[in-house]
Amino acid sequence: MRDTHALLAIDGLHVRISGREVLRGIDLVIRDGETHVLLGPNGSGKTTLFSTLVGLPGYEVTAGSITYKGDDLTAMTVDERARAGIGVAFQRPPSVRGVKLRQVMEVASAGSVDGERIARIAEDLDVTGMLDRDVNLGFSGGEAKRSEMAQLLAQEPQLALFDEPESGVDLDNIAVVGGAIAQLLKGERASERPRAGLIITHTGHILQFVNADVGHVLFDGRLACEGNPLDLIDDIVSHGYEGCVECARCRH
Amino acid sequence: MPALGEILLTEPQRARLAEIRAAAEAAARTPAAYGPDIDLDALGEVGTHDRVACLASLGRQMREVAAGVGMDTSEEGRSGSYFQLDRTPIYERVAAAFDDAIEIMSTEEALARYPDEMIERWWWRVVPPGKDKYTALVALKQTEGYFIRVKAGSKVDTPVQACLLVSESDVSQNVHNVIVVEDGAEAHVITGCTIHPEVRGGLHAGISEFYIGKGAKLTFTMIHNWAEGFLVRPRTAIDIDEDGTYVNNYVMLRPVRSIQAFPVARCRGARSRAVFNSIVYGIADSYIDLGSETVLEGPGSRSEAVARTVSRDRSTVYSRGRLVGRTNECKAHLDCRGIVLSEESVQWAIPDLASEGAPGAELSHEAAISPIAEEEVYYLMSRGVPRDEAVSMITRGFLDLEIPGLPAPLRRQIDEAIAVTAEQGM
Repeated sequence: MRDTHALLAIDGLHVRISGREVLRGIDLVIRDGETHVLLGPNGSGKTTLFSTLVGLPGYEVTAGSITYKGDDLTAMTVDERARAGIGVAFQRPPSVRGVKLRQVMEVASAGSVDGERIARIAEDLDVTGMLDRDVNLGFSGGEAKRSEMAQLLAQEPQLALFDEPESGVDLDNIAVVGGAIAQLLKGERASERPRAGLIITHTGHILQFVNADVGHVLFDGRLACEGNPLDLIDDIVSHGYEGCVECARCRH
Repeated sequence: MPALGEILLTEPQRARLAEIRAAAEAAARTPAAYGPDIDLDALGEVGTHDRVACLASLGRQMREVAAGVGMDTSEEGRSGSYFQLDRTPIYERVAAAFDDAIEIMSTEEALARYPDEMIERWWWRVVPPGKDKYTALVALKQTEGYFIRVKAGSKVDTPVQACLLVSESDVSQNVHNVIVVEDGAEAHVITGCTIHPEVRGGLHAGISEFYIGKGAKLTFTMIHNWAEGFLVRPRTAIDIDEDGTYVNNYVMLRPVRSIQAFPVARCRGARSRAVFNSIVYGIADSYIDLGSETVLEGPGSRSEAVARTVSRDRSTVYSRGRLVGRTNECKAHLDCRGIVLSEESVQWAIPDLASEGAPGAELSHEAAISPIAEEEVYYLMSRGVPRDEAVSMITRGFLDLEIPGLPAPLRRQIDEAIAVTAEQGM
């Protein structure tokens, strides 16, 4: 049934890559201000779901629907989705020679951030020295993640998607990235409306820094479980993903 | 000023000039190592013109042509100017504020005024006159060229500009240029070489010898604007002394029948440094064979060569880069990247590294010919940038080598080239 309060509504989604079905019936609703966490082992389809939401080529929706603010998301191009308020942080963003991080922050904000705001975001994320470097070129794992966060803070999206924000970074960087996610999703000022977020993670480490509302476990192309994110992590740590999805709750 | 023939030269000087002549005569039929051969007998001599009192007195069309290669005929923001039309240096001037810092004159005049220094230190000392038929042509039938000297310790931050223009068809302009940046001096020279729009064909053969003193720096920006029937054969070499720096920026965005050049920088002094940046755009039937060589001899010498090449239509583009390490403490890197936009275009990237008895030399290269990466386009689109603007941003980034002091008309030409590249690259 259609949820009229949904910001993002995924209904019976099937997605194929190169003829192989990877997502096999996903139902997920994210409402304004909610932070969801998507857990799952490698190969379960997490990045496929992320890429499908971003609109990257090669991800063929064969059944089901995705609506964003009531509109068909699959009919929108990648840039239209971004301008409609969807922001994304990639797991391994590509380097773009000759295009500076500062430029990308400016375009991401559609010209709404000034030099002062960029400087402040950069300082908070310790990317000041990277602003005039080619984006992602020669960035370390931690630098690339902080750069992604700087771009999202400049964009101020209504719905932010994070693909493995803690992968390949050390504990100090996880704290910085986690702090930025929390700042983005929960708002810096009390007057700001909290934003919605979907955080994809297979370790859950990022949850030490971000309070998520709902957790989901993606297993073999399906959402196998939903619940309190920290409880889910405990289950996964104790029983592994296979054990987790075998539990009575999931089978039910 | 007396002509060179009327100057009392010493016996060794006369012997040296005879030696240059003999080497050139021996090479008069020697084809170049690269590039299509040219029948020099089919080309006539360039004509002479009256001198002008100021560049503003040139006709509007001439001023526009000059502006296209960075020559600001108002001379605002320029410390000095040299303008050669066909054979004649029609204008040279040093702005009053830089009178003690810079000298600008034709090389003929410099030979007459400073025969000792010119012949003994700077005349055919780094470019061999017998290299090929084009060096021979200039040695035997020279038609002027500029001499620019920046005096010891003078740091001139306002660019010097020079323009070499051919206004007649089927002639050869054979210039020999010398730039001397004395110890501790710094300068930026912008040289534009071009032709009048009515010129159908012809040759520009240019010898350029640059001498960078101890702790000196020369930034040399060369802009070429030719046309579909025109031939170009520059021969350039640079000698860099201790702690000296040479930065070469090269831009060519318009068609040419054929151009072949391979400037050689010799990092002779300890800690000397050579940098080559080039932006080359192959259009129509252009045959372009360009590159650079750096020979690292001084301990601690460094070099970097960055080439960005776009080819379309039926153009053929060779992008060469050679690094030769001859000292253990040297380090150099080549970075050649190309985008091919047409199925009828041919592009070669040829990096070439050699360590000659220098086990400690660190030489490296990256060469790539590839389309604009879709992954990069989608990345920018995910930030809300429409596809065509994302392609433009990436192309601009590809061609933007951050060359300082680029004049506005040239900036516009680069923007136009980016717009076409972006459109065809999609």
